Amino acid sequence: MKIRIADDALALACGAEDVAAAFAKAGVEVERTSSWGMHWLEPLVEIDGIGYGPVAASDVQTILDGVADKLCIGRIADHPFIARQQRLTFARAGRTAPLSLEDYAATGGWQGLTSARALGPDATIEALIASGLRGRGGAGFPAGIKWRTVAQAHADQKYIVCNADEGDSGTFADRMAMEGDPFQLIEGMAIAGLAVGATKGYVYIRSEYPHAIAKMKAAARACAHLIAPFDVEIRVGAGAYVCGEETSLLNSLEGKRGEVRAKPPLPALEGLFGKPTVVNNVLTLTTVPWILAHGAEAYAAYGMGRSRGTMPIQIAGNVMFGGLFETAFGISLGELVQDIGGGTASGRPVRAVQVGGPLGAYHPPSQFGTAFDYEAFTAVDGLIGHGGLVVFDDSVDMAKQARFAMEFCAAESCGKCTPCRLGSTRGIETLDRVLAGENVSENLALIEDLCDTMKFGSLCALGGFTPYPVLSAMTHFPEDFGERQ
Amino acid sequence: MQIADILIRHKDREGPLLPILHDVQALFGFVCEDSIRAIADALNLTRAEVHGVVSFYHDFRTAPDARPVIKLCRAEACQARGVDAVAAAVPQQDRVKIETIYCLGLCSVGPAAMVGTTVHARLDTEKLAALVAAI
Repeated sequence: MKIRIADDALALACGAEDVAAAFAKAGVEVERTSSWGMHWLEPLVEIDGIGYGPVAASDVQTILDGVADKLCIGRIADHPFIARQQRLTFARAGRTAPLSLEDYAATGGWQGLTSARALGPDATIEALIASGLRGRGGAGFPAGIKWRTVAQAHADQKYIVCNADEGDSGTFADRMAMEGDPFQLIEGMAIAGLAVGATKGYVYIRSEYPHAIAKMKAAARACAHLIAPFDVEIRVGAGAYVCGEETSLLNSLEGKRGEVRAKPPLPALEGLFGKPTVVNNVLTLTTVPWILAHGAEAYAAYGMGRSRGTMPIQIAGNVMFGGLFETAFGISLGELVQDIGGGTASGRPVRAVQVGGPLGAYHPPSQFGTAFDYEAFTAVDGLIGHGGLVVFDDSVDMAKQARFAMEFCAAESCGKCTPCRLGSTRGIETLDRVLAGENVSENLALIEDLCDTMKFGSLCALGGFTPYPVLSAMTHFPEDFGERQ
Repeated sequence: MQIADILIRHKDREGPLLPILHDVQALFGFVCEDSIRAIADALNLTRAEVHGVVSFYHDFRTAPDARPVIKLCRAEACQARGVDAVAAAVPQQDRVKIETIYCLGLCSVGPAAMVGTTVHARLDTEKLAALVAAI
């Protein structure tokens, strides 16, 4: 008998280590795998395909005695949360040992790189363009077009930079990809290197992810001979949210303050150390091997409109069934929150859902018909960003959330441009006056004016998108901004 | 291990400053003025440039702090799961530093915290108080 338990940060945080130790003590062989992404069930224990969760160390004997019916969820792969998904990027989630080269090769690993080597650079880029893959970090720029720009640039050195500075609250797909399937990200980077003519790749991982850093370093060492002459180096951030912005990230990699650069020049032409650089998010690069292995048409067959393929959506916050749900673009927000997420964990009604991280809009249930699609969310003054949903119940104070958006911007602003640096602090002060009931309508008008300046005057998305949570809270929840006692 | 060893270890890296600062902080617990001077000399930077980098990033400190640290996530997903009330209920104490960070990527099982590299999820008032007491 062999049992399987995830070893990613989330499973560990929920007590997986104690559970694994208890099984080992009982003489059972324990295999550590990636997480299936059903987080409410972690630590999830798998025995011959059957799942038990959430398991505490004190449940181990009950499971071994075969009387743990209350914890049993049946076959994991048939669980509705898994069976309803279309997992392409996360096809291996829960199924393989993250650092096993054998598991990786046995599940289609390196097929994308083999295919790209056979196709050559031009056809590889054409395939990526045809797949319709757009940057998964939030901006949604067509990945193949970016690659072509770098490929056509002339330089003695080019770089592939993976943006793994996943700082948005409510998102964890990059973490899961790096901790659960690190070779897939490295394979994607190697394909990018081959396509654009780069031999050096950097993965910039935030320091808040020590487990991802350890896994990626081990994976890069283990597969170096398979991706040569391409070389991947892992770099660690230092706690600055703004370094998730690509030009700020490049400055940080160069050893400078993580201040945003004005664009142009585009990083594709003058990026890291002034050289042509592909900067792609983890999810973008980690999806590339599937596209090359299965073909652009197969990927483009998923999705809606200009949003092709699948999106690993992260369901988080006050939600009953939180976790990773990868599905084709087009699913409605309400289906994600209510049907799949099961509503709030507190059992109270859902009042708001913030989509796309701290710079994303708060959506009320009246917008639950919105399809998960880049353009559909733009049309309702929101954004899908990196695909995170944070669910709030009816105890939330939306004026406080608006204030927090400004507070977060003030704490994380790089200070380079005035609308962001000063606007965020003036925003906090003005919202404090609103919260205190001082000249509410005049101050709210000031906030709207300030948001306009931040939106159109900021250098990057930190100052430019902070107005999304602020204005959406004011628009959809005006009752929280009224006169207060 | 001394500052000179760290500088030698990273001398062939492109953009070595952040890796050096991480190592210095791991060794001494903070980045002191002497370290800044040595790093500036080795990388042909001004002390002001190095200081500017040290002060930009939340992770780097310029003064020692012997207290153990609990990094508690205070971002939106943990807010939605009640971290504000949990943090407010922790008794005042000076022995352990409870530091605010934004996001550990444990947003579906918050409130979440990290001590060293050990992560904790599903925190409530009792569990956080136990963390503080155990550290």
